[in-house]
Amino acid sequence: MRAVITVTGKDTVGILARVSTLCANYQANVIEVSQTVLQDMFAMIMMVDINRITCNFSELADVMRQEGQKHGLVIHVMHEDLFNSMHRI
Amino acid sequence: MINNQEILETIQMIQDQHLDIRTITMGISLLDCTDSDIGKSCEKVYAKICRLARDLVKTGEDIEKEYGIPIINKRISVTPISILVAASGGDPVLYAKTLDKAAKTVGVNFIGGYSALVQKGFAAGDRELIDSIPRALQVTEHVCSSVNIGSTKAGINMDAVALMGDIVREAAELTVDQHCFGPAKLVVFCNAVDDNPFMAGAFHGVGEGDCVLHVGVSGPGVVRAAVANAPDDMDLTQVADIIKKTAFKITRMGQLVGTEASARLGVPFGIVDLSLAPTPAIGDSVAHILEEIGLEACGGYGTTAALAMLNDAVKKGGVMASSRVGGLSGAFIPVSEDAGMIAAVRSGALGLEKLEAMTAVCSVGLDMIVIPGDTPSEVIAAIIADEAAIGMVNSKTTAVRVIPAIGMKEGDELEFGGLFGTGPVMRVNTHSPMKFIKRGGQIPAPIQSLKN
Repeated sequence: MRAVITVTGKDTVGILARVSTLCANYQANVIEVSQTVLQDMFAMIMMVDINRITCNFSELADVMRQEGQKHGLVIHVMHEDLFNSMHRI
Repeated sequence: MINNQEILETIQMIQDQHLDIRTITMGISLLDCTDSDIGKSCEKVYAKICRLARDLVKTGEDIEKEYGIPIINKRISVTPISILVAASGGDPVLYAKTLDKAAKTVGVNFIGGYSALVQKGFAAGDRELIDSIPRALQVTEHVCSSVNIGSTKAGINMDAVALMGDIVREAAELTVDQHCFGPAKLVVFCNAVDDNPFMAGAFHGVGEGDCVLHVGVSGPGVVRAAVANAPDDMDLTQVADIIKKTAFKITRMGQLVGTEASARLGVPFGIVDLSLAPTPAIGDSVAHILEEIGLEACGGYGTTAALAMLNDAVKKGGVMASSRVGGLSGAFIPVSEDAGMIAAVRSGALGLEKLEAMTAVCSVGLDMIVIPGDTPSEVIAAIIADEAAIGMVNSKTTAVRVIPAIGMKEGDELEFGGLFGTGPVMRVNTHSPMKFIKRGGQIPAPIQSLKN
């Protein structure tokens, strides 16, 4: 099982570090990261393996959302199945 | 592998374009709760609903978090209560109170099925239930009611139509201190469907299984945004194609949530209802889609054609995305719940006559329309009869949910709040249909019904 983490907001130092530290804390393994900075807007999409996470999925989503709010970022954690079902026949 | 553009498109749909699952609705059969003692019957009803729907809200919330897709409403539909009244007798309002209590216990916001099916005549329990509807809606908060007064197979029961004219008025009069909210929870149908997940017209048909889970998707905002991105000179075949592709994506999401929820709850998956259900939120309007297609205002000439195309494209896209499609499946046009419709009524672009024409090509009918408080019962009955005739002849579901705003006149506004929005009081043609309505009897089933 994999999840997609998306992070958007104003670019600051250490966004990637913060999000990946949280992933590590819960044993979510980062598989792929792509990020862009357009003017000063930061956008990152991260694919993580959630087979061995130490909390349940909704807890991880909550933690990420709160972390985002603290730093003025919008962080979504969504199950990969949603994207697969919407964009693949 | 999914690419970034697809991921961002999905996020944008949810974040900026109000994409959501409008409702997951659990249909529960109450046929095994019948008892000759109304007290015992109510106890069984309460126990069964609480047992089956205990985890409905929690499961909905879990899926919402996990997939990151908002599920706005969790609801329940039950077997038409008139069937239970037929067995038990007694005051039907006791059932309404029981349903209300069960809804509070399990945490759903609406429970539908305070209903009677009288398209071909009144059976035991039907008249008692219908007479009790205004009181039931007055004393309960979460209970929704519907009455089916006609069908393509049976024709139109004009005695029931006349009766419903009175019932709608009475429901408004009894709830005048609650912004006349009573009739907003009451739908009068022709060709009602057994597996509708949307309120206020949901009930669990007698041909359905013991317990099933239906999903109603939404997404007018997403369709509007997709059409808005199309160039102005794009021809309508291509516009229809864009709508179709968008509807496919929306419906796939509904199918995913439905199968996941039914697996977690251990309940068979019923259907996905492919509907565009607007909300009063800016950008979540069906009227705005029509305007985006190329109309100055919803209600002007061209509206019916544009709506027919929209409705058809939504179904074509949706039907391939889901294994089981059902319910009402079409674009809804509830006036008070759609910011674009409200604006069109205020500006004089949209009137009741045009809305009636629109109901011939989309789902479902004259919905959430506020009419002057002094509209006579027989005029309301005649509105119902006209709408039912459109449904009967075209083999489609039509419905009437009008709200007489007691003490208000054309041009005033009735405020409901929340998902129900604001309703401008609309002009009603009051030339008297009294003699027609008083005749009663049955309009025979049309020739279209003879298909065998």
